[in-house]
Amino acid sequence: MPLFRNIASMIALLPMIVISLTVFVGCIIYSFVYSLTNSKLVPVMNYVGFDQYERLFKQRKWDVAVENIFIYGFVFTIGCLVIGFLLAVLIDQKIRGESLFRTIFLYPYAMSFVVTGLVWKWVLNPTFGLENSMHMWGFGWFELDWLVNRDLAIYAVCIAAVWQGAGFVMVLMLAGLRGIDEDIWKSLSIEGVAKWKSYLFVILPMLRPMVVTAIVLIAAGVVKVYDLILALTSGGPGYATTTPAMYVMENFFSRANLGQAFAASIIMFISVVCILAPWAFYEFYLRNKYAAN
Amino acid sequence: MKKYFSILLTLFLPLSFTNVSKAAGHMEAEVIHWWTSGGEQAAISQFAEAWQEMGNTWIDTAITGGDNARGTTVNRIIGGNPPTAAQFNISKQFVDLVEQGLLQSLEEVASAEGWRDFIYPPELIETCEFEGEFYCVPVNIHSWQWMWINNDVYKQVGLPVPQTFEEFLAGAPKIQEAGIIPLALGGQGWQESGMFDVVASSIMGFPLMRSVYRDKDVDAFRDGRFESVLNTYRELNQFTDEGSPGRLWNDTTAMVIEGKAAMQVMGDWARGEFAVAGMEAMKDYSCVIPGKEKYVALGGDVFVFPKNDDPKVKDTQLAMASMMVNPTVQAKFNNAKGSLPMRLDVDTSAADACMQMGLDLIQNPDAIMRESDDWNTPAFTAAWSDIISEFRNDPNYTVAQAMDDLEGVLTSGL
Repeated sequence: MPLFRNIASMIALLPMIVISLTVFVGCIIYSFVYSLTNSKLVPVMNYVGFDQYERLFKQRKWDVAVENIFIYGFVFTIGCLVIGFLLAVLIDQKIRGESLFRTIFLYPYAMSFVVTGLVWKWVLNPTFGLENSMHMWGFGWFELDWLVNRDLAIYAVCIAAVWQGAGFVMVLMLAGLRGIDEDIWKSLSIEGVAKWKSYLFVILPMLRPMVVTAIVLIAAGVVKVYDLILALTSGGPGYATTTPAMYVMENFFSRANLGQAFAASIIMFISVVCILAPWAFYEFYLRNKYAAN
Repeated sequence: MKKYFSILLTLFLPLSFTNVSKAAGHMEAEVIHWWTSGGEQAAISQFAEAWQEMGNTWIDTAITGGDNARGTTVNRIIGGNPPTAAQFNISKQFVDLVEQGLLQSLEEVASAEGWRDFIYPPELIETCEFEGEFYCVPVNIHSWQWMWINNDVYKQVGLPVPQTFEEFLAGAPKIQEAGIIPLALGGQGWQESGMFDVVASSIMGFPLMRSVYRDKDVDAFRDGRFESVLNTYRELNQFTDEGSPGRLWNDTTAMVIEGKAAMQVMGDWARGEFAVAGMEAMKDYSCVIPGKEKYVALGGDVFVFPKNDDPKVKDTQLAMASMMVNPTVQAKFNNAKGSLPMRLDVDTSAADACMQMGLDLIQNPDAIMRESDDWNTPAFTAAWSDIISEFRNDPNYTVAQAMDDLEGVLTSGL
């Protein structure tokens, strides 16, 4: 009876299981039920079918939010991986003052997203930020209006996010690089393989676990991005940089539109499940099966 | 067994203590509000002092930002731990709470003191009255209808101070040539839509605005004047600066004060900023209600009193409601806040030229204008202002498209 094998640890885990079931599953069911109502300021059981979902998909703002989360997710993930890996490779060249550089590059990660957002808000502000300084130094042609340009503002958000996240990826990758056997480097140099080729085609595939870890951690950060955008642009100009999480929060609080907020959060939940399900299936089911064989 | 008993005892002990403290003699009131800036703090402390002079305790729960404060209030009411009193705006924000029976009726004190006779203008009674009973206390009137103008800028370029948006637009290029930003606007949703409503009322007048916002009359909406409002709004936005997105309203007012910008459209709370900067009304700066027909919009704040299981709390709430409408307290409070009082028999001798203008206007019932959120839910006004904000920020968003989208909100039944 495997179920009763570790009766003590089962009992110890019970509170956690109960809490997860009631809090997570319970709240998901609650959200779904009330997403079928026209609740405004307070939840009321006034069934309206799928009206809230219909309204949600008609919103131009929701479209913008969904588009933004994809742009942000793509640029942020790729940006962090590429820059993080490059930084790790550069630091791996046995340079002087390595720990100093490591600290500098990792430092942004220690800051809260709110601080990062405010710092970049000032740097990128055209009237008193970097653009203004460049103008004062005599570079009149210099233009940096990403933050106030509705087409580019979401990329300004990405810059701030990559600035914060790249250092963390660098540390992960560096740990991986330090784990590479010296003999591999020796044999590569005997074969006369160019250094960039060795990194790209031999070392990088060996770092696969590091890359997977980095991607999972970054992806979790993408879905929950809220504070950075709130601090940096508050979703503006207009609502050009709004995200699904912001849409939900807005409808929950300032707009007193609970039904709509529940509907949007259920859609967010479903999309996360759609992305995670194949991965979880592989990780927890297929892999065990292969391992058992 | 003894051990378990003592654990149980420690668990329940705090509960019995809270019961004891509630039974204490004087009245204790917790008030949630979002008045956190300097002038606002000075105003709310007038209430607190008056309350304390009555021998009571005031527990101040100031929460930055109206949205946050209202969210906290609603959460605590639903969570079963309501505050004694909580701030809302003159609007439909708290209608759900009334309909769900979560607010204390103030009818007892309202009819005893004759609130219906002295609350002015009567529109305020309409806001607070549900099925013949009072559920909120209006405490002040704030109006959006103002252009704040730096007189020096206009002297410098040799133009008279504009009285309408048309006059402003005519002079704007000349100001721009002088290297000054003609229109200071903070690019946040509420500032953009607030200015839009001022443009709307000055161009199409209040009656038409009412048929759009209150009656959702599509014919009135489509009669051409609303389109010209959108056109004027777009023209005005050519004269803002590129630093506008996300700028706070008071930073924007500071640009007018410093003479970097010529004009800002903002509510009468901006007057406080000019006063703090040592500028004199009508001499250093002008406050103008744009348009031929002058209106004063009826915005402002109310306090509501959530129902409580403890019957003693009701007496506290009624006592506090009565204190808030007291004419002496009203005078002190509104002088500190820079807003208009909710009754006419209040001493306003300290009013400056701009405030006096508002006081004169409000005595004329035809000049009183309602705001969209008096008739509409927050969901409606937010969907509406999303479109206005998008229209301002996206130059490819045509007037025709905006008209269609706005009509969509109008007929959405939100």
